[in-house]
Amino acid sequence: MQSDTATLPAAASRTPLLAVEDLALRFGGSASNVVDGVSFDVAAGETLCIVGESGCGKSVTSLALMGLLPMPPAEIVRGRALFEGRDLLALSRREIGKLRGDRMAMIFQEPMTSLNPVYTVGDQIAEIVRRHRPVGRTEARARALEMLERVKVPAAKRRLDDYPHQMSGGMRQRVMIAMALANDPRLLIADEPTTALDVTIQAQILDLMRELQQETGTALILITHDLGVVAEIADKVAVMYAGRIVETGPVGAIFDDPQHPYTLGLISSVPSLGERGGRLATIPGMVPTVDRMPAGCRFAPRCPFADAACRTEVPPLAEVAAGHAAACRYAPLERHFGDAA
Amino acid sequence: MSSDTRDVILEARNLAKRFPVGMKLFGERQSVRAVDGVSLKVHRGETLAVVGESGCGKSTLARLLLRLIDPSEGEVFYGGRNIAALPRAEMRRLRKDLQFVFQDPFSSLNPRMSVGAIIEEPMRVHGLGNAAWRREEVARLLTRVGLRAEFADRYPHEFSGGQRQRIGIARALASGPKVLIGDEPVSALDVSIQAQVINLLEDLKQEYDLTLVLIAHDLAVIRHMSDRVAVMYLGEIVEEGATAALYAAPLHPYTRALMQAIPIPSPRARKAAVKLTGDVPSPLAPPSGCRFHTRCPLADLRCAVDRPALQDVEPGRRVACHHWQRVAKEGTAALAEPEASQAARRRLSLYRDRSERQQNSVPQSES
Repeated sequence: MQSDTATLPAAASRTPLLAVEDLALRFGGSASNVVDGVSFDVAAGETLCIVGESGCGKSVTSLALMGLLPMPPAEIVRGRALFEGRDLLALSRREIGKLRGDRMAMIFQEPMTSLNPVYTVGDQIAEIVRRHRPVGRTEARARALEMLERVKVPAAKRRLDDYPHQMSGGMRQRVMIAMALANDPRLLIADEPTTALDVTIQAQILDLMRELQQETGTALILITHDLGVVAEIADKVAVMYAGRIVETGPVGAIFDDPQHPYTLGLISSVPSLGERGGRLATIPGMVPTVDRMPAGCRFAPRCPFADAACRTEVPPLAEVAAGHAAACRYAPLERHFGDAA
Repeated sequence: MSSDTRDVILEARNLAKRFPVGMKLFGERQSVRAVDGVSLKVHRGETLAVVGESGCGKSTLARLLLRLIDPSEGEVFYGGRNIAALPRAEMRRLRKDLQFVFQDPFSSLNPRMSVGAIIEEPMRVHGLGNAAWRREEVARLLTRVGLRAEFADRYPHEFSGGQRQRIGIARALASGPKVLIGDEPVSALDVSIQAQVINLLEDLKQEYDLTLVLIAHDLAVIRHMSDRVAVMYLGEIVEEGATAALYAAPLHPYTRALMQAIPIPSPRARKAAVKLTGDVPSPLAPPSGCRFHTRCPLADLRCAVDRPALQDVEPGRRVACHHWQRVAKEGTAALAEPEASQAARRRLSLYRDRSERQQNSVPQSES
């Protein structure tokens, strides 16, 4: 299992561009933290995928980093997020507003809700440029055209004057990417950027993101629920469950040496494209809600391996191999539960 | 002619549905041809999947098959009768046999009705049993779909997406249907809940002796659940065949492209396959000739003018492409999902064994 992961770039050797340390968030009045002690980092040119199901805290985390989480009701309980030497969580609204769209940018799942329907896409890209750069209209428009060409919108010159509703979902997502990259951000966060798209369009967008990242060296955090997308694009992976990272490591390690029972459950839940198998192995029950978070390991109530200790003590995220960590007191499982082979 | 002699339970012949859109000031009224000349047989006891991307007409086809909407042209045969021409009252009686599960469990359940009333309604409408019997039946159905019988007194908003989909399934089963059509029944659900609902549907299919028509876009879900697949593009069926054969060797370039576009959950499968360029053209003005020719890597002049017919190429296999032989010869950079590593296989089987043992010992319910 070591040799499979050795071919991947050694992420640990690079200095992180963004380092999130022990981030905990809660919504006013709720009993437990919706994000509870999350740490990860991402370096220039690197892609980190945060994987998890609805309610695991992946989107809340990214919104907090971008300064887009309304506070209150949300509040930061603890932690910091160092980006180019500054703590994003300590910045004023004005300061983070200056960074957003410039040094860092975000793409959302549904481009229609983030594009303004009453402005042409050209104007919207130009506006982002002018907000952060001392350039005139002509120059900003030229930049908008250049960006549309870079994201491969066909007949870019003509489409510059299109309104969002005149474009297909795939084209709108390209426009979103063009806007996000217009000021050469160092960090790009993409929240389920291809989930709303058809599979052939999704493949195009993933290719495009990969290609642009190679050109620009932008650090990419991609949030997704789709393990196929993860396998396709990630360098590193963080698996989140109920507000905590339960496993993290290089993409090869997550698929070839999965440790946490939740990771195993997720992988088992995806039907295979190969031979038609029998029943899917599933994860019983459902995700706990924030006001009924279990004590101890939050996955314990659904975990087939859990015992009394799991239900009382929070397992630390402990390294199982270089750069690969799992928050399970029984990792590796075969050591404690014999072999099922 | 098809050599298939199995019992056909539901059959569409030349089915078409046009939706009028807007009005031109001069000239004729425009219309979207959502479904355009579809012929299809559903065999008793099978699971047939209809796959395609948004706008291909698969959801419209599903609604036509159960006559939730009326066709513009064509016929749908069920039990030897053309249900597309049946008087309303008779059609309503037939609904007992033909049920529908919707994609969005949030919008398909009446928020003002209790879960019990929602599930009971089809039984009441079809005059099944008396009130006491129906109440028992509701409890039985709830338990069967993995919910607690007490949930009958609660309202839809109190439930999660997965639970609501279970409620939708219980309701669909209430009248004792023969055919169940699911329009993306699991695609709005999280991965782990999706797997639970897939297992449930498969169990129920066996238990209730159902014929399933599954409208879906997720090729892995389809591979897992279906016996046969029909692939749609812009209102037409472009390929149809047994699931295993179709996945092993797609014959239509569109099917092949769909297969190659799926991101495979294994980092060793990263591929530089030929990807389709461009978007699906508007169904308002579908391309001439073969509708796929504007995106097809094999298209030539003939494809632009000459519309290929859906022809039988092997027993049980139909394809609508002038170049299907070339696709067959080129083969597919097949969907070979690389085998998982030894460590992964060992732990996955440990997980599977352990969770099966546990779910067998504790009556499992999502509650």
